[in-house]
Amino acid sequence: MAETIPLSGLAVGSSAVLREFPKTGPAFLRMREMGLLPGTTLKLVRTAPLGDPLEIEVRGYRLTLRRSEADAVRVEPGGRSA
Amino acid sequence: MSLPSHLGETARNSPAPARHTPTYALVGNPNCGKSTLFNALTGLKQKVGNYPGVTVEKKVGTAYSQHGQPITIVDLPGAYSLAARSPDEAVTRDVLLGRRSDTTAPDRILCIVDATNLERNLYLVHQIMDLGRPVILVLNMMDLAAKAGLQISIDRLEKELGIPVIPCEASQGKGLIELKVAMSRSDLPLPRHSWTIPAPIAPAVSELQASLVDHSRKSALSARAEALLLLTDQDSVRVAGSTPLDGRTLGILHTWQKRWESEGMDWAGSLVSSRYEAIGRLCAEVVRAGSSDRSAANVSDRIDEVVTHPVWGWAILGVIMVALFFSIFTFAEYPMTWIDDHVASLSDWVKGVMSEGDLRDLITDGAIAGVGGVVVFLPQILILFFFIGLLESTGYMARAAFIMDRLMSKVGLNGKSFIPLLSSHACAIPGIMATRTIEDPKDRLVTILVAPLMSCSARLPVYLLMIAALVPNDRVPVMTKVGIMFGLYGIGYLGVFGFAWLFKRTLFKGRPPVMIMELPPYRMPRMRDVLLHMVERGGLFLKRAGTLILAISILLWFLAAYPKSHDGATPQEQMTHSFAGKAGHALEPLIKPLGFDWQIGIGLVASFAAREVFVSTMGVVFNAQDTGEESTPLRQALLAAKWPDGRQLFTPLTCVSLMLFYVFAMQCISTIVIVKRETNSWRWPLFQLGYMTSTAWIVSFLVYQGGRALGF
Repeated sequence: MAETIPLSGLAVGSSAVLREFPKTGPAFLRMREMGLLPGTTLKLVRTAPLGDPLEIEVRGYRLTLRRSEADAVRVEPGGRSA
Repeated sequence: MSLPSHLGETARNSPAPARHTPTYALVGNPNCGKSTLFNALTGLKQKVGNYPGVTVEKKVGTAYSQHGQPITIVDLPGAYSLAARSPDEAVTRDVLLGRRSDTTAPDRILCIVDATNLERNLYLVHQIMDLGRPVILVLNMMDLAAKAGLQISIDRLEKELGIPVIPCEASQGKGLIELKVAMSRSDLPLPRHSWTIPAPIAPAVSELQASLVDHSRKSALSARAEALLLLTDQDSVRVAGSTPLDGRTLGILHTWQKRWESEGMDWAGSLVSSRYEAIGRLCAEVVRAGSSDRSAANVSDRIDEVVTHPVWGWAILGVIMVALFFSIFTFAEYPMTWIDDHVASLSDWVKGVMSEGDLRDLITDGAIAGVGGVVVFLPQILILFFFIGLLESTGYMARAAFIMDRLMSKVGLNGKSFIPLLSSHACAIPGIMATRTIEDPKDRLVTILVAPLMSCSARLPVYLLMIAALVPNDRVPVMTKVGIMFGLYGIGYLGVFGFAWLFKRTLFKGRPPVMIMELPPYRMPRMRDVLLHMVERGGLFLKRAGTLILAISILLWFLAAYPKSHDGATPQEQMTHSFAGKAGHALEPLIKPLGFDWQIGIGLVASFAAREVFVSTMGVVFNAQDTGEESTPLRQALLAAKWPDGRQLFTPLTCVSLMLFYVFAMQCISTIVIVKRETNSWRWPLFQLGYMTSTAWIVSFLVYQGGRALGF
């Protein structure tokens, strides 16, 4: 498997494939239910003016999450643009 | 409201003959056009209330089939999943599972999805198809899907799912006839729902299902649905009015969870994944992504580039907020004057037709004045809700939360607290009612607790009067007065953020809150929906505040009118002789360290009707002829007031102390009533009354005593 980085470390405007996800915590369950699953392609669209939260595009819609959650999500940069 | 009781068990579990009025539950993700569809189907035939015990709105409406048959529709709160994360979602889950004794489980389910965002929207539908009830699927926003180049084969989707699928543009009224025809079908089929539960989980599902059938007398299919849900509902939100799970089923659940935990298995995740796999296969089958005209998405993106820009983003937020407050204070003025005038003429009319006496005074000074004093805020509240509705339906509200989140998170709140707090500048009541958009119950409660610290418009007259008394010299530049005013608002902010920070670290400790929020594309607002929302909210305010405030106004009137002084007493003499006067005297030892005497004490007590009543009360107590807050007679009367020992009462220090007291003190019965309704207990409003008023006392005490020690 290629190298993974935390989602929060992704450059604005670039795409990545989600690889690893914490198993526990209701926040992470909800993120999965919103369609963020291992293998899903996503794109970091922008960050809020103060750098947090992040806006990502996944499955054709926009979602925001805080850096504190994005830190725990491992992604593989590259992949098709979402 | 209760639903028709003749919908028996049989009707619920099999495709029902629609001879009697069927009950539909309307479910869908937030932002998929659910309210628009509900409004379009039911028109104004809606009843809005609350689910007992929770502050979740209950909306029930009636639609009519092509043959004029009534169809009951329960509009359930928007949800992303049945594994609830908020009280709203918990109610949706509980109604669908038949866990709420106050709401009959619906016979049939109407699922609405945003066709432009099919995959994620189908996740909820996938869970709902497990329930074993007839389902109709509405694909909303077909026009936008077409623009995005998505071709959805309705026929194949119907064939794959085995249920009617109705393409629709709810905002244009397109597809409604077809939908009503489908809804009045008597032979609505059950979904053909085949997906494979991951093998390691399957035995647990069967075991839980069997236990639920035995102990909760559920049908096999709905027991299976509930079993699946129990496995994903890790941190299940429990709300009042929901039937708890039986002990044996809970035991089975814990046993399996423990086993999987020790094996390191991610059972919830694999369930979610297997649903998404099934949805992915389905979408690959029915959706063709053609040449996309991405202009709609691009427009939204271009707006966002400006709206969330590090410079323009703040500027736009500022402009919107200034426009909001400008409209509240200018447009509301005409109706407010109108209400004031009519309340006054109603009062005069009663005075004219009734003979003098206590009953007449009770009606005019108690009931009419009291209710009039609250109703006068209605225009502001309506304008505020109009703006909130507009911001919500366009999609800007989510952006405001997005850019404010970082700042709000510093004190442990999230971006969604921003609008309710800001609204509290007009009046804490709509602000507190607007906290329903905050999903996290703790964040919501903290926001409610601190909202009344935002200086509201009822404090303005008090501030103005005190500033006039503090800087009576007309040669003082206007900017000094403006500066004092800003200072008072600023101190209010300190209170809001300080206490939010404190509460989040003490009373509501726990996991740091998360903010997983969808940013819906910008859409043109539907005026009809916005206005309906505004009227509903205004009605709720009147209903909630009305009755109790009437009672309290009468009580406050009674306190000021009794016991009677001698005949021919002036209002001033009567006031000082009354219970209110006595209360002022009784309060004096408590408020003397703040620089207030018993006469100011009367004003503090009277303020509970509404803070601005302080001004008119001071007018009566100090016997001023004209009682406008900036009027010279009242100001002079205040400046002439003395302590019994001849010292001046309203020294600059006392004025400052009094202003600070008003910044922090919780003196508003209406707010207390609303907080009680919104938190469902007296505990929080009383706590709020206690913490705010003691803060007010301590701050005023420190300032007054400190000032005295420094020689002011």
